[in-house]
Amino acid sequence: MNEIVSLKDIVVDFDGERVLDGLSLAIHDKEFVTFLGPSGCGKTTTLRVIAGFLTPKSGNVFFDGKDITALPPYKRQVNTVFQKYALFPHLNVYENVAFGLRLKKLPEETIRPKVLEMLETVGLKGFERRSINQLSGGQQQRVAIARSLVNQPRVLLLDEPLGALDLKLRKEMQLELKRLQREMNITFVYVTHDQEEALTMSDTVVVMNKGNIQQIGSPQDIYNEPCNAFVANFIGDSNIVDGIMEKDFLVSFAGREFTCVDRGFKMREPVQVVIRPEDVAIVPPSVGMLTGLVREVIFKGVHFEMHVDVEGKEWLIHSTQASQPGELIGMNIGPDEIHIMSREEV
Amino acid sequence: MLRSKASRWAAAPYLVWMCIFIVVPLAIVVWYALTDANGFFTLANLTGIGRYASVFGRSLLLAAEATVICLVLAFPVGYFLSRLRANKQHIMLMLVMLPMWMNFLLRTYAWMTLLEKNGLINKLLGLFGIGPFNMINTSGAVVLGMVYNYLPYMILPLYTAMTKIDNSVVEAAQDLGANVFQILLRVLIPLARPGIATGITMVFVPAVSTFIISRMLGGGANLLIGDLIELQFLGNSYNLNLGSAMSLVLMVIVLLCMSFTSSFDEEEMEGVM
Amino acid sequence: MKTWKRQNRHLLQRTYLILIFGFMYLPIAVLIAYSFNENKSRAVFTGFSLKWYVSLFHNEMILSALGLSLVLALVSSVVATVLGTLATIGINSMSRKMQLVINNISYVPVVNPEIITGVSLMLLFVMTQKMGIGGEEGVFGWPTLLIAHITFNVPYVIFNVSPKLRQLDSSLYNAALDLGCTPRQAFFKVILPQLSPAILSAFLICLTYSIDDFMISYFNCGTMQTLPIAIYSMTRKKVSPEINALSTIMFLVILAIILTSNAIDSRAYKRNQAAIRRDAANA
Repeated sequence: MNEIVSLKDIVVDFDGERVLDGLSLAIHDKEFVTFLGPSGCGKTTTLRVIAGFLTPKSGNVFFDGKDITALPPYKRQVNTVFQKYALFPHLNVYENVAFGLRLKKLPEETIRPKVLEMLETVGLKGFERRSINQLSGGQQQRVAIARSLVNQPRVLLLDEPLGALDLKLRKEMQLELKRLQREMNITFVYVTHDQEEALTMSDTVVVMNKGNIQQIGSPQDIYNEPCNAFVANFIGDSNIVDGIMEKDFLVSFAGREFTCVDRGFKMREPVQVVIRPEDVAIVPPSVGMLTGLVREVIFKGVHFEMHVDVEGKEWLIHSTQASQPGELIGMNIGPDEIHIMSREEV
Repeated sequence: MLRSKASRWAAAPYLVWMCIFIVVPLAIVVWYALTDANGFFTLANLTGIGRYASVFGRSLLLAAEATVICLVLAFPVGYFLSRLRANKQHIMLMLVMLPMWMNFLLRTYAWMTLLEKNGLINKLLGLFGIGPFNMINTSGAVVLGMVYNYLPYMILPLYTAMTKIDNSVVEAAQDLGANVFQILLRVLIPLARPGIATGITMVFVPAVSTFIISRMLGGGANLLIGDLIELQFLGNSYNLNLGSAMSLVLMVIVLLCMSFTSSFDEEEMEGVM
Repeated sequence: MKTWKRQNRHLLQRTYLILIFGFMYLPIAVLIAYSFNENKSRAVFTGFSLKWYVSLFHNEMILSALGLSLVLALVSSVVATVLGTLATIGINSMSRKMQLVINNISYVPVVNPEIITGVSLMLLFVMTQKMGIGGEEGVFGWPTLLIAHITFNVPYVIFNVSPKLRQLDSSLYNAALDLGCTPRQAFFKVILPQLSPAILSAFLICLTYSIDDFMISYFNCGTMQTLPIAIYSMTRKKVSPEINALSTIMFLVILAIILTSNAIDSRAYKRNQAAIRRDAANA
């Protein structure tokens, strides 16, 4: 796969504060890429640099191998779906979608079928003459997407487009966006702070924090093999405990040794061990690798969330069977479920 | 957005206009106030105002009376309107604003007809064998004219401030045992303060500087600052230097009034412009 | 007991509002009533007549004053709107400090007593006259009136349009660029249409202020008469019921304008609500 957008050493400052700190990144063509991170991590700023709304202090933006750092937004082959849609309130649905095509001075007989087809694709057939403020949030969202896609951009940038929708609608639109990306066969660059959204939709997830990229990988990689505590914490719930890598395939933590699948660390290197709450199996105390005292049990619908005291440290366990607070339980962890990270320099 | 350096030039024509027709004229007022007819520096104009102290005193007094009466009359109106259902509020607001749209010379003229010696009010009273009273050409008539003309300017900001008071706040006060007066004193007035401040300025400033109302309803005996200034600029006692000095003093009075009301409430002016 | 109290309170509220509105409208009602009075005297009502309306429309002074007021209002409002809108855009891209300075100066004509705005402009024109500009007749008249009206109108345009400009979703401008607009196109195709309601309402405010203004015109009109100045000179002379006829007409015109604009507003609102309800029913 060839690179369509790449960023080289991008630096952006706002009021003397560094927002992007030498960020470099390559985005492959026809991929669904998600920038994921907490607010203020620089994900939206990165998007704006790609769109051209923001000129970086230093660094370069390449599109299809050409340097477009100085190119204004209206000359770039990318389109943006804005956070609050930014639909033009003085134009109706049809005119909003036709806006970009009209600027290209296309004749009406070319514009019309394109707009109608696009509106049908996003499920808004028959809404052409509606005014924007007669639409629900979900419908406005669809207009915003249609307005961008009708210009056939090579890359579509989406800035937290589902943030304003309620949960059910959001789930629906996630699938819808994924479908659109496959149908249109173009690159989507998506910004969100919702890790579940990122994992559901993306081919590649870029986890960001404090203006830097923490990890790039497939959703599975990111979830299963977080490269540091920030990623592990940000993507789902995790138990992160300090341990020592005794040798290849053997790690000790919580007072005993476990076999694992990691290797390549130094002998007796201090490491951090990540264990997902759902990866801990509950067994009778007598046969458990670890034992813990149940502090609290919360029913969460599909599972129980348990807070368990293990050697003075609180662990989080998700299980379909409930234990009672005050009960002593045994816990087993398989070698595949143990993820090792280098101890972070503090 | 739109924050390019080039777009700043759009303001250039106005900035030039603003300097020539707002800043320079005020500077000329100051210049005239501090010079005599031959252009020499003098404080005589300012000290000369001392002779008119009674007129200044009357202006301040009558304007203050009118402002207080407006406030007392308008406060319940603002509150009652703000508690009405939305569509009803809309209609009532229109009713408040409609007289404002009528030229205030005509509004004042209407009172001339009513207050005259053989005007409608005296006629009505005459039917009951009372009067006739001498109502026009009194200071009372001037205050009445001010109240009548500027009452909407008090109602509107008060209403705006009070629409922001949630009914549950009033109910909470009742719940905690406040009676009507305590609610007024401890809840409504403090919360309506931005509106009160704006309303006071919007009534006091035009009232203290008017010359139409005093001329039409006050007769010759109730000269106000506005009348004095008008006389210096267009009237018999043509004296631009003295007139400028008076204008300067009036401006200072207005500034003092506004800094008083804005210290009374830090928020920006709100309501109608 | 409780309901009795509540009813009582409602009655009190209603009575109070009726009294206040009575106070506000009775003088106007009397004014209107006397415009149909056959008798010239304001003391007695002798019979219904439209003769004051007829003589009003034959009153050259009133008609030419009305003409002057309308033309003056139109020209000054157009100039003020253009000048003010441009200024708003320029000011918006300046530094905070600069904005504060300009806004404060622009506030001067708004908060200053009108009489001071009037005399200060008059002094400026007196000075230019002394410098020999304007020749024998001097400068007072149409040009000074126009300048005065533009000067007190521009700030209202700025203070009406600039909140709208600041509220404008900045991504709207970006969206236009994103879809291929040059900055100039983005301004004309997106920003200006967004501002146009505010610009229009600023224009209407200017029109009404200009038509209504007496104080500032009074000091800068020379020998010309705008409608308020004509009214003033009429009230100074022997009173004629023509003023009542004029008041009635002006009141009815204003009422008609307000009612129509309200009707338009509420129709648009209802249409909008109906569409939303229809969608909700379909969903």
